[in-house]
Amino acid sequence: MPAVLEIEGLRKTYRSRRRGTRNALDGFDMRVEVGQVHGFLGPNGSGKTTTLRTLLGLIRPDGGRMAILGHEVPGTLDQVAPQVGAIVESPQFFPHFTARDTLSLLAGAGDLPEQRVDEVLELVGLRDRAGERVKTYSLGMKQRLAVASALLKNPRLLILDEPANGLDPGGIREMRTLMRNLSEAGMTVVLSSHILGEIQLICDSVTIISLGRRVAFGPVDEVLAQHSSGGVRVRLEAVTDLPVAATALTRVGVRVTTNDDHLMLAGVDKPATVTRLLAEQGLYVSELAPIDVDLESVFLELTATAPVPGQHRQVDQSVRIDGTAPSAPAGGGWGA
Amino acid sequence: MSLFRTELRRLAKRRFARWMTAGGLLVLVLVVAGMFFSNQKIGPDQFAEARRAADQQHQEQVRWAEQERANCERAKAAGESVDYYPADCAEITPPPRESIEEQWFLPSTFDFRKSFGELLIPLAGILAMVGFVVGASFVGAEWNTGGMMNLLLWRPKRLTVLLTKLGALLTGLLALALPATAAWFGSMWLVANLRGTTEGMTSGTWQSFLIGGLRGIVLALVAATVGFALASLGRHTAMALGGAIAVMVVGQVGLGILLSMAQVRFAEAWLLPTYAIAWMTKKVTLQDWQACNATYTGECQPATLDITWQHSSVLFTVGVVLFLGAALWTMRRRDIT
Repeated sequence: MPAVLEIEGLRKTYRSRRRGTRNALDGFDMRVEVGQVHGFLGPNGSGKTTTLRTLLGLIRPDGGRMAILGHEVPGTLDQVAPQVGAIVESPQFFPHFTARDTLSLLAGAGDLPEQRVDEVLELVGLRDRAGERVKTYSLGMKQRLAVASALLKNPRLLILDEPANGLDPGGIREMRTLMRNLSEAGMTVVLSSHILGEIQLICDSVTIISLGRRVAFGPVDEVLAQHSSGGVRVRLEAVTDLPVAATALTRVGVRVTTNDDHLMLAGVDKPATVTRLLAEQGLYVSELAPIDVDLESVFLELTATAPVPGQHRQVDQSVRIDGTAPSAPAGGGWGA
Repeated sequence: MSLFRTELRRLAKRRFARWMTAGGLLVLVLVVAGMFFSNQKIGPDQFAEARRAADQQHQEQVRWAEQERANCERAKAAGESVDYYPADCAEITPPPRESIEEQWFLPSTFDFRKSFGELLIPLAGILAMVGFVVGASFVGAEWNTGGMMNLLLWRPKRLTVLLTKLGALLTGLLALALPATAAWFGSMWLVANLRGTTEGMTSGTWQSFLIGGLRGIVLALVAATVGFALASLGRHTAMALGGAIAVMVVGQVGLGILLSMAQVRFAEAWLLPTYAIAWMTKKVTLQDWQACNATYTGECQPATLDITWQHSSVLFTVGVVLFLGAALWTMRRRDIT
């Protein structure tokens, strides 16, 4: 499938006399294919927003290559900008204008008909509040307005940074449906979010970034499968048989954790081998349940950002793909 | 072109721009009203009234002189030594009638030919202030609220965006300044007709006034450009307004005090308002009273320094090039975060 968005070896370094040098992007790669809903995930400070800003010409990269819809950017960004709708980070608008004024001015700048303003206001559910000043809006309403501004161009590529931020549960579901509908209509959507359950539900593929580098990518199912530990929960008819079963399984190379009433197995390729092995020992299985892995656990594992009791993880405390410990930032790390 | 039209619309929609414009126009209206109510047309009645007032004052002077002479003679007769009376009390005489001029008692009147040139300075000052503040706010608020970033997602050519915004600002300012200047000419002409005189106007005088009005508009455009550039540099309206206050209070008032304490020659040559006035009046002549240029009659004349509109134009050009150049350079180079 042709790529709508390609990033190769993207690098951005911030240098400060006080804070030292920090690589916000350290050879980052990304590829989004046409018609996909693509999740872009990463912990705070990992480089998500820096990537999006760089892609959209707001930040000058220090190296690497980027292309949108086949056009090299930022060199030819003005040619593809009319086909790219984007919101970057929190929605920001002039507070004293109404939503209609805000969109109307953007439509004017993009040479779009005024009628399109009404269409997107309807689409994001702001039709009846369009005449009110943006400063009176809640965060969720501002978020809807931001999405409306991104949809105004009817873009081929839609880039949304945390679009569900501040939305109520109904709004989140509406947003999910909207993304799906847009994708079905042929629009490619790049979605950056921390709501991993949503990403798993909506997205066809994902890219996970940590410390400015890609740590995982591909279709959601494949990423989950790649990082599935082959975990299986086993219960036996007699709890007293658990130690015997554990010994038998350990002997054939299965990693076993014994609990009060069940065994947790890791590194099991085919659960049927467990049944057969135990049956040969005269041990009968009452439950054999593969443990599903979800995107959240994969994310936490890949980025090493799972909370540890008694510890306060700092921003930038994360992991490199090559397994080396991240170099300590020369100063406070923020702002990716 | 669509971006330019949109930016003009944005400027017209900005509440701050509307309020500043209304405020500036209100001040101009108040000045016109003040001119109207503080001046009168001079006719036979006013001359007769002035003559009566001069006569009355002369009579008071005569009465006072007679009373003082009588007091003086009384004091002399009593043998009192009063040093504030002359030795000969007959020297106390009232002033002659002709020394009390009737024109002193004429009411204030507005002579268009003599006074209108000076009245172009407040017009230019108000337009320049509105231009500076609106210019700074127009781009500063866009940076501050993220509007600029949104716009750049639509129109990624940064310099085109910034220069189009500036173009829209200057067009909007022209749309305000041209009618305001025309209205200033018209209203002052009306005030002169009703409360003064328009006698003595020649085509040369009109030409001079028109050029003065044009200079005022150019000054406002320069101020707007500098305010716009400063706010864009700092990415905040406060950068321009704070900078202007700092320049005026610290750089101008403070510098003025410092230079005068240091007895620097022609201290005003270092102050911006001197150049603004020189721009409007074509020339400002500064005098150094501590220097003496003796004339052939033996008179001591102060040394002078002329600041001309050409000096001012060089200063304004350098200022605009410097600030706008820096704003464009940073717009092109700096990341937008």
